Amino acid sequence: MLIVCAALALLTVALAVWAMTLGSYGLSAGQVVDALLGTASRAVHKVVIEWRAPRVVAALVFGAALGISGGIFQSLTRNPLGSPDVIGFSTGSYTGVIVTMLMGASSYAAYAAGALIGGLTTALIVYLLAFRRGVQGFRLIIIGIAMGALLSSLNTWFSTRADLDLALRAAVWGAGSLASVDWTMLAFASIAIAAVLVCAPAAQRRMRRLELGDDAAAALGIPVERTKAALLLLGVVAVAAVTAAAGPIAFVALAAPQIGQRLTGRGASADLAGAALTGSLLLLASDVIAQHAVPKVPLPTGAVTICIGGVYLLALLVRESRRFTEGGRR
Amino acid sequence: MSRLMTEGLRAGYGTRGVLDGLDVRIPDGGLTVIVGPNACGKSTLLRSLVRLLPATDGRVLLDGEDIRRLSTKEVARRMGLLPQSPLAPDGITVEDLVARGRYPHQSVLSGWSAQDERAVAQAMAATNVADLADRHVDELSGGQRQRVWIAMALAQETPILLLDEPTTFLDIGHQVEVLELVTRLHHEGRTVVVVLHDINQAARYATHLIAMKDGRIVAEGAPADVVDAALLATLFGLQARVIADPDTGAPVVLPGRG
Repeated sequence: MLIVCAALALLTVALAVWAMTLGSYGLSAGQVVDALLGTASRAVHKVVIEWRAPRVVAALVFGAALGISGGIFQSLTRNPLGSPDVIGFSTGSYTGVIVTMLMGASSYAAYAAGALIGGLTTALIVYLLAFRRGVQGFRLIIIGIAMGALLSSLNTWFSTRADLDLALRAAVWGAGSLASVDWTMLAFASIAIAAVLVCAPAAQRRMRRLELGDDAAAALGIPVERTKAALLLLGVVAVAAVTAAAGPIAFVALAAPQIGQRLTGRGASADLAGAALTGSLLLLASDVIAQHAVPKVPLPTGAVTICIGGVYLLALLVRESRRFTEGGRR
Repeated sequence: MSRLMTEGLRAGYGTRGVLDGLDVRIPDGGLTVIVGPNACGKSTLLRSLVRLLPATDGRVLLDGEDIRRLSTKEVARRMGLLPQSPLAPDGITVEDLVARGRYPHQSVLSGWSAQDERAVAQAMAATNVADLADRHVDELSGGQRQRVWIAMALAQETPILLLDEPTTFLDIGHQVEVLELVTRLHHEGRTVVVVLHDINQAARYATHLIAMKDGRIVAEGAPADVVDAALLATLFGLQARVIADPDTGAPVVLPGRG
């Protein structure tokens, strides 16, 4: 398992270096490494450190955050569909940001606050609606999907009511892109994500007990409902930090934990390290495709992840429904 | 004075009270079996004893202390519970599942210790699942799976162990296998509390029987003193004869007029 994680990390680093060689100003991998070590010429340094590195680092950090967020929600709901982009929390963060835009704010801090408040409010509403003597995973997913649909129509309504400039800004942002990420924004987001990472090992230990059922987890010494609420908060913070900086980026939170589990062979047990690494790799790869797949036409990162994610989601739904009918027959 | 007891315990779900002011003493080192008809509150009592269900009135005392004053982890170091329907994550191995019983003894920093390793090995040996260590839990038979879950509760290394209907959904062979295992755990010195459906099995294996109906205790004591035709009529509305097992002397219930 350690070997798989190390291989994933290596692959990610290699891809990151390669991603920084790509662009209209072609560089060699050696030049990129020199720039990172601070021994390159000023021009190369400017291209790598100021232009390309923020985007690559953002993909790595945000990918990890999305992977962890997905891992938390899938474990909480005991369902591979239970990811923040499916159950409406990402949409809620988006709504929060649009509202802050409508109120005239334009700084990252304001967007971040909007995203966090939007995500948390959505989470709270979904949580309360799903609460019936404790929170059941499937109920949470169904209510989350409904909530997400409601919010995305609200988002559309907002952008039709807003003036053209604002609507455009919201639309660009809403497509989900790493293009506009700079070091300051990245630093803000990274603080929140670092806090999530610090909590991750403790969270994972509790998630692995909660997987055994609420009663078994409680018997093992876990205060069940309090722990669930804390995990929910942790997952929302991770996804909101990303959404505030880059807009809603679908699919990574949904797929990364699942792919990570299969790679590390942990079965269906929560594995946040694998989810984080896979998330970084997925988002970085998607972003490279977004930037360079169509020459001279940069695509929004979110569009690429949605295309890959659509296929994956379909496959997941087919597999789940098959498992469900087989289970019914048994 | 027992390590585990209740005083005027009331508990229930929502506004529906199930337990009606119970005073229960769980004998230390005994094998206590709780029996009664469906919905008599036997599982509710068990869940209240480990604080899965909060008391609405009265209290549960663990080592003389109100259980509400203890931290969840502290309770988990003294009492283990096998719930009625625990969930095994897809693809989890037997050893991994048993190891999760060590949670109350660990912290994030402590990691996996030699003590943890030993406790897991002992728990798997005691329940006879050591050969299955690398198998996936979902591919085991019902009886094997139940032994694995008991192993997880044992790995918790608690002096008190509670099991909620551990024989449900098992065929009679596996039921007896589980009950023999429970008896062995009791002989090793643990205080064991089990909820059972089958009055004959209860009478056969219990050292102390608690018979419940409508959230109240109807009778309690040694099975030979408690189980008689009158009790069966009260509990289940059943006409039955009770004879003594020729080997053990334990009461045996023969339903019907005879």
